[in-house]
Amino acid sequence: MKKSKGRIAFEIINVIVLCTLSLVCLFPLLNILAMSFSGSSAVAAGKVLLFPVDFNLYAYEYVIGKSEFWKALLRSIQRVAIGLPLNMILTILLAYPLSKENSVFRMRTIYVWIFFFTMLFSGGLIPGYLLIQNLKLMDTIWALVLPAAVPVYNVILMLNFFRGIPHELEEAAEIDGASQWRICFQIFVPCAKPSIATLMLFSFINHWNSWFDGLIFSNFPSNYPLASFLQTVVVQRDMTLLSLEDWQSMAMISDRTVRCAQIFVGIIPIILIYPFAQKYFVQGMTVGSVKG
Amino acid sequence: MAKQAKRVKSKYTKARFKRELPLHLMILPGLILVLIFSYVPMGGLIIAFQKFIPSKGMFGDQKWIGLKNFSYVFSLPGFSRALINTIEIAFWKILFGLLVPIVFALLLNELRGRKFKKAVQTIVYLPYFMSWVVLGGIFHDMLSPSGGVINQLITALGGKPVFFLGDNRYFQGTMIATDVWKNFGYGAIVYLAAMLGIDTQLYEAAEIDGANRWQQTWHVTLPGIKMIVVLMTVLSLGNVLNAGFDQIFNMYSTSVYETGDIIDTFVYRLGLLDAQYGPATAVGLFKSVVSTLFISVSYFLAYKFADYRIF
Repeated sequence: MKKSKGRIAFEIINVIVLCTLSLVCLFPLLNILAMSFSGSSAVAAGKVLLFPVDFNLYAYEYVIGKSEFWKALLRSIQRVAIGLPLNMILTILLAYPLSKENSVFRMRTIYVWIFFFTMLFSGGLIPGYLLIQNLKLMDTIWALVLPAAVPVYNVILMLNFFRGIPHELEEAAEIDGASQWRICFQIFVPCAKPSIATLMLFSFINHWNSWFDGLIFSNFPSNYPLASFLQTVVVQRDMTLLSLEDWQSMAMISDRTVRCAQIFVGIIPIILIYPFAQKYFVQGMTVGSVKG
Repeated sequence: MAKQAKRVKSKYTKARFKRELPLHLMILPGLILVLIFSYVPMGGLIIAFQKFIPSKGMFGDQKWIGLKNFSYVFSLPGFSRALINTIEIAFWKILFGLLVPIVFALLLNELRGRKFKKAVQTIVYLPYFMSWVVLGGIFHDMLSPSGGVINQLITALGGKPVFFLGDNRYFQGTMIATDVWKNFGYGAIVYLAAMLGIDTQLYEAAEIDGANRWQQTWHVTLPGIKMIVVLMTVLSLGNVLNAGFDQIFNMYSTSVYETGDIIDTFVYRLGLLDAQYGPATAVGLFKSVVSTLFISVSYFLAYKFADYRIF
C-alpha cells in the first residue's frame, strides 16, 4: 500500500521528536561524563558538551585517592551484601504462604491485611527516627537494612506470580510427601526464577540509591554509604568531606570536575546492571491484576 | 457419641494445625520485622499529642498536652505555605505524569523500525533508575546561572541567565519538568504493554473500512488502552500529598522555601534539625491520615471501575 504524503511527513516528524526526546534524556549524563574527563579550564569556559576537552583522568585519580570515598563504597557494598539477600529471603518466605487459598491457610487474610496496611499508612519520619535511636541502632548497618527488610510491594508481586503456578505441581509434590518448605524452595522458587531476578535487580538498585536513611541514621559521616556521601559532596557541596585543600595545586581539576567524576562513579553499578534490569522490569511495573 | 465427635474434631484441628504450622513459621520473621519497624512507629505517633522529651524514651512517661502541638504547627506560617506548595507541585506532577507517558507511548507505537524503537526505549528508561542525589547533582550543575549548560544556551540565544533552582518564579516549574523528565519513559511501559495487547485484527478491520492512521489511533488504540488510563489516573490520586521529598530536598535551598518547601521537607527541618519532635510528628500524622484516605479511595475506585485487585 502506498503511503500518503501526510503519513510520510508524520513519520519523519515522529522520528525527529523521538530522537530529540532520547537526546534530552541522555544529554545530562553524557555532559557529566564528558566534564569529568575534561580539563578544569575548559569546563569553566563552558566548552564541554558531549565530548571531553583536554582529556585527562586527574579527577578520577583524585576521587580514588580519597579514603572517605573507599569507606563509603565499602559501606554500600556491605549494605547490599546484607540487605539484598534479606529482602529476597523474606519476600519468598512471605509470598509463598500468602499465595495459598484461604481454605488451605485460614489465617491468610489476616496476615495479608497486616502487611498490606503498611502500604496504606505509616508512622512517618519522626517516630521512625526515634525508634532507630531508641533501639540503639544509630551508626550500625542494621539501621539501613532492617527498616526496609520487608518489601511489601515485592511480596505482593511475588505472591501474584506464585498464584499463577499450576496447582497440580503442588498437589503431586504433596502426595509424594514433600513438606511445605520443600514445595516452596524446590518447586515454587525454581518456577519463579525470572520474577526473582527482577526483584533482585530492584532490591539492588533500591539499596544502592538510598541516601536519606544513611544521612539521618549516622551520627558520623564516616558511616555514610556511598549515596549519602555523594549527597553531601554533590548536593550539599560539603567540601570538607573531600578535604579539597590540596586541589588548588593541581591545575587540571576543579571542584566541578571532581563532582562530575563522583557522580559518574556513583552510577557505574546502575549502568552495569541496567541492560539486565531492562530485560525484566516490564514485569516489575504491573503489580496486581486487571481482570475483564 | 458427642465425645467421639469432639475427639475427631480435635484430631482434625490438630492435623490441620500441623499442616499449617510451616506456613505460620514462614510468615514469622517478616511479621516480627514489620511489627517492629512499621507498627511500632505507628504507635509512636502518640508523640503528636505529647510534650515530648527525648531522654525519657519513645514510650516513656511523657506529658500529654492534647491537640496543642497541632494548633501550634497549624498556626506556623511555614505550614500552610508548605501545604499549598505540596498540593500545587503534586497536582502538576500527577497531571503531566499521566499525559506525557501516554503521548510518548502513542508516538512510539507508530514506529515501524523495531531496532530504533528498542534504542529509544533503552535511553528514555535510564533516568528512572538514577537517584535524585545523582540527578540533583547533575541539575545543580546544568542549571547553574554561572556556567551551566542550559544558561549558556539561553545567553547564546540572546536571553538573560535564569536561576532555575534559586528563583521562586521558576522553582516549581523546574521541579515538575525534571520529575516528568525522569519518569515519563518508565511510565509509558504500562501503556505500551496495553497497546501490544490490542488485537491486530481490529486494525485490519478499521483499514478495510477505510480508516486512516489517525482514525485508527483514535478509534482502536485509545479505546484499547482506556482501562489502563483510567486505572493509572485513579491510582495517582494517592499521591496528592507526595510532592517528591527526594527531589525537592536535593534541589531546593533557603531562597526558594517560598515556593519549594513541601510538607516532607518542613517535617524534616522542624523535627530533625530543630528537634521539635512533638509538633513535627503532628504534621507527619496529619499527612499520613490524609494520604491514607486518598490512597484508600483510589484503590476503592480502581477496584470499582477497573476491577483492579492488588492481591
